[in-house]
Amino acid sequence: MSSPPRPVPDPDISGAPFWEAAARHELVLQTCASCGTIRHPPRPMCPACNSMEYTFEQASGRGRIWSWVIAHAPVLPSFAQKVPYNVVVVELDEGVRMVGNLFDVDNDAIEEGMPVTVDFDDVEEGVSLPVWRPQ
Amino acid sequence: MRDAAAIVGIGQTEFSKNIGRPEQAIALEAIKAALDDAGLSPKDVDGTVKYSLENTFEHDIARNLGIPNLRYFGDVAYGGGAGCGAVGHAAMAIATGTAETVVVWRARNRGSGGRPWASKSNRIGGELQWYLPWGLSRPVDQIAMLARRHMIEYGSTDEHLAAVAMAFREHAQNNPAAMMRKPMTREDYFDARFVSEPLRLFDCCLESDGALAVVLTTPERARDMRQPAVLVRGFSQGIGPDHMVMANYFTPDPLDSPGAYAAKDLWNASGVGPEDIDCVQLYDAFSPLVVISLEAFGFCKPGEGGPFAASGALRAQGGSLPCNTSGGSLSEAYVHGMNLILEGVRQLRGTSTNPVACETVMVSSGNGVPTSSLVLRKAA
Repeated sequence: MSSPPRPVPDPDISGAPFWEAAARHELVLQTCASCGTIRHPPRPMCPACNSMEYTFEQASGRGRIWSWVIAHAPVLPSFAQKVPYNVVVVELDEGVRMVGNLFDVDNDAIEEGMPVTVDFDDVEEGVSLPVWRPQ
Repeated sequence: MRDAAAIVGIGQTEFSKNIGRPEQAIALEAIKAALDDAGLSPKDVDGTVKYSLENTFEHDIARNLGIPNLRYFGDVAYGGGAGCGAVGHAAMAIATGTAETVVVWRARNRGSGGRPWASKSNRIGGELQWYLPWGLSRPVDQIAMLARRHMIEYGSTDEHLAAVAMAFREHAQNNPAAMMRKPMTREDYFDARFVSEPLRLFDCCLESDGALAVVLTTPERARDMRQPAVLVRGFSQGIGPDHMVMANYFTPDPLDSPGAYAAKDLWNASGVGPEDIDCVQLYDAFSPLVVISLEAFGFCKPGEGGPFAASGALRAQGGSLPCNTSGGSLSEAYVHGMNLILEGVRQLRGTSTNPVACETVMVSSGNGVPTSSLVLRKAA
C-alpha cells in the first residue's frame, strides 16, 4: 500500500529562494544585505538591524548534530512506513540551526556533535529537502 | 496590580476520553459551576477572557448564560501557554476598573475530537515548513528535541523524568476527578513504549475531554462571596528572542526557555521569590517541561531540575516543593493547563485532595511556547 503524500513546503515570499535552491541541490542561507547577519528560518526583516533587504548566500553545507529524536508510532500517515525514524537539528558552521533527517547512520549510533554534510532528498517532482550524512 | 483581583469561584466538568457533549455545552457547565461556587449569578458577570484556541465565542457564552452585557472580552494565544495569561488579563481588567466580575474558561474535547497534528494538509506554509516536512510533526517530537538537548548539556536522564511522572501519578491516586489513578511503578514507566525518543508514553499528557472555569472579581466584593478569596498576587507573560511556536531551536540558547523570561517579571510583579512558594503547579504536557520550568523559575539552578525531581521533592507526601498535586496534565487531565490553575486555588482554600500547608502558590503555563505564569495567595 502506498503512503499518502509527504508534507512538502508551501513557500512564502521569504522562504521561496531557500526551497528553489534546495530543488537545485544547493543549500543557501538568508543573509541581511545591510548588516550581514545570517538568519534561519527566513523572514522579511533582519532582527539585528531591521533592514528588509536581503540576499541568499551559498552555505558551507557542513555542521554538527545539535539534538535529535527518534519518532515511533503513531505518526502522520505519510511517515507511518518509516518508523522508527530520526529527525535531527543540525548546527551549521555558519551558526544557525536547521531541522533535517540524518541518513547513513543507525538511529542508535547518532551522537551529539557528529560532523555532518548536506545532501538532498528528492521527495516530490521539484521538491528536495536538505538532509544530512556523516562527513 | 498586586492583590488587585481575587479568584472567587472555580468549576469544572468531569474529565474523560469521550465526554459525549459538545465543547460549548461543557464550557457552559463549567462556568455555571464556577459562578455557583462563588455564589454569583450570570447577571453579575461583565467580562470574559478565553484561550484563543477556544472554539466557543464569548457572545455564545453570554447569550446562553443570560449575561446582560460584556463590557470587556479578550483572549490569549498559544494553547497551553495561555492559561495563566488569561487569568492575568482578567485581573488587569478588574484592576483598571474596566470590568468587575470576569470569567476565564477552557473547554476542549481533545480526547474524542482527534489529534490536531494528524490533520495537516500536505502543502505546509508558515513556520511549519521549517520542520514538518522532515517528520517533526507532533508536539511530543518538538519537546523531545529539547529534552534530548537538556540531557546533552546537563546530564539529565530518563530516571529524572520517571520521577516526575511517578510523583504526579501518586497525586492522581487521591484525586477522584483524575483520569489515571492506577499506581505507576518505575518498571511501568520504563516498560512503556517510546513515543519520541528520549520520551516514553508516560512522559506524555493524557488525551482528555473536559472544561474548567474560574471567576474573578475585586478584593472588596470577594469578601462577601461564598468561598475564601484567592488573590492574584502577580502575573507575567514571556516570549524570548527568536521564538517560534514550539519547534523552538533557532534562538541563541533554546534551553533559555520562555519561562525564564516570564520568571523575572513574575517575581518582580509579585514581590516574592521562589523561596516563598509553598506549592507549584507547573505545566506538564510533557515531563521534561517540568524539569525545564523548575530551572526557569529559579527553584533549581540550570541542570539541577532533574536531580531535584528524582530526590522526591515534587511529592505532596513529604516533598520540599509539592508539584501538580492533582496529578497534572500527565495523570489528572490535559485541558491546556487550566486544571493546574484550579488546583492552585484548591490548595489555598485547603480543599485539594493532596493538601499542602500553603500561603503562596505559583502556577505556570506551557513553557515550550510563548508562556505565562501566576502567583496566587490566600487573602488575609
